[in-house]
Amino acid sequence: MHRDKEQSELIDMPIYQLDKIEKQAWLEQQLLSLTMHHCELNPLYLNLIRANASQSPDSLVTIPPVFARLFKDYDLTSIAQDDVFRVMRSSGTGGAQSKIYLDSESAKLQSKILVKTLQHWLGKQRRPMLLVDSKATLSQAGGMTARAAGLQGLSFFGRNHCYALDENMQLDKPAVTEFFDKYKNDNILIFGFTFIVWQQFIQALQARDLKFDIKNAVLIHGGGWKKMQQNAITDSAFKAGIQTQLGEVKVHDYYGMVEQTGTIYMQCEQGYLHAPVWSDVLIRDINDLSPVPFGVQGLVQVNSVLASSYPGHCILTEDLGQIIGEDDCACGRKGKYFVIHGRVPKAQVRGCSDTFS
Amino acid sequence: MSNLNKISAAFVTALGVEQTEVKDDLAYSQHAKWDSTAHMVLIAELESQFDLMLDTDDIIDMSSFAKAKEILSKYDIEF
Repeated sequence: MHRDKEQSELIDMPIYQLDKIEKQAWLEQQLLSLTMHHCELNPLYLNLIRANASQSPDSLVTIPPVFARLFKDYDLTSIAQDDVFRVMRSSGTGGAQSKIYLDSESAKLQSKILVKTLQHWLGKQRRPMLLVDSKATLSQAGGMTARAAGLQGLSFFGRNHCYALDENMQLDKPAVTEFFDKYKNDNILIFGFTFIVWQQFIQALQARDLKFDIKNAVLIHGGGWKKMQQNAITDSAFKAGIQTQLGEVKVHDYYGMVEQTGTIYMQCEQGYLHAPVWSDVLIRDINDLSPVPFGVQGLVQVNSVLASSYPGHCILTEDLGQIIGEDDCACGRKGKYFVIHGRVPKAQVRGCSDTFS
Repeated sequence: MSNLNKISAAFVTALGVEQTEVKDDLAYSQHAKWDSTAHMVLIAELESQFDLMLDTDDIIDMSSFAKAKEILSKYDIEF
């Protein structure tokens, strides 16, 4: 869908600089054109649009979002079988998994956009990297899980990769100690899924009374707060726990999902998640699905201009969130900034990367 | 060993392909063995063979054997 020139122009867009008027106009045009594209190539999607819109969508908010769970129940793809390069799967342990079909062009574009977004936060230089997971996670058969995709996507930013957990997901103390001793003065990058970082790593270090004194490290974590909330761990308690055990670590949560790989909403220094230029969030009323104003909690819809091989450009998630504002976050970045409050109560439990228990 | 031999050997080792397959048009995601996991192994191999550190732009841009030579040339490695 995106030609080479268009693709490089897309990749080179300033990540957090477009103001709302410019961004919303551009997004609307891109998302309407993706809607047409998928209607032409995907009969299931066409039916869905016909069933949910009385006329052709003519503005951003009138594009009917696809419910995230439909990616579990149906093979929603807009490419020929032969062009399928990779199938991304949510890592749910129970119930059906979402399946997202990528052609090689979309897969490449998504990795490039992910890298571009993260370069903003980490710089271009690769850092010694500690992955708080087991190497075995990467080699599970049957398509790529959300956790494996996250680990692999982020590993581009590292070098001398070290896995903090062994094949049984237990702390690999010798490996971690050696890693921190060797790189304690470097700009270390640590990555893992929130609950795994907390339960398998930080709590394991606490139990052994193991503390390190690293400097200039960055921890990027994501994958949901469901288990953290069940255990009553707040964002600030999480950050404090990390710093007590490890030392000087800047901690950034992120929000993202396998249905829109490549898009990552990073948490800024003020504690808010930020939409990069290629994507946006919209909050809808939980009962009638109408868009709600900033500050009101509702269902999170995620929009992305990158979804060309499957109709995932407008997805209604089962997450509850709230937009705080647009273009005026104290951190200086433009675009919408928001918080996520967790899953809709009693929603069908959708597999995601925090299903490790 | 010439730089060309060195880079070819790095590709053979990291990707597990045959020497005869290492040509300019050998491309990421076109050859079954050059996937994202093998890509990171390749990066590490190139870094150790040529004693340099590639940045994230280089990793993303390295989409073929021809492109790999072009990127290493930026680090004063001649082919």
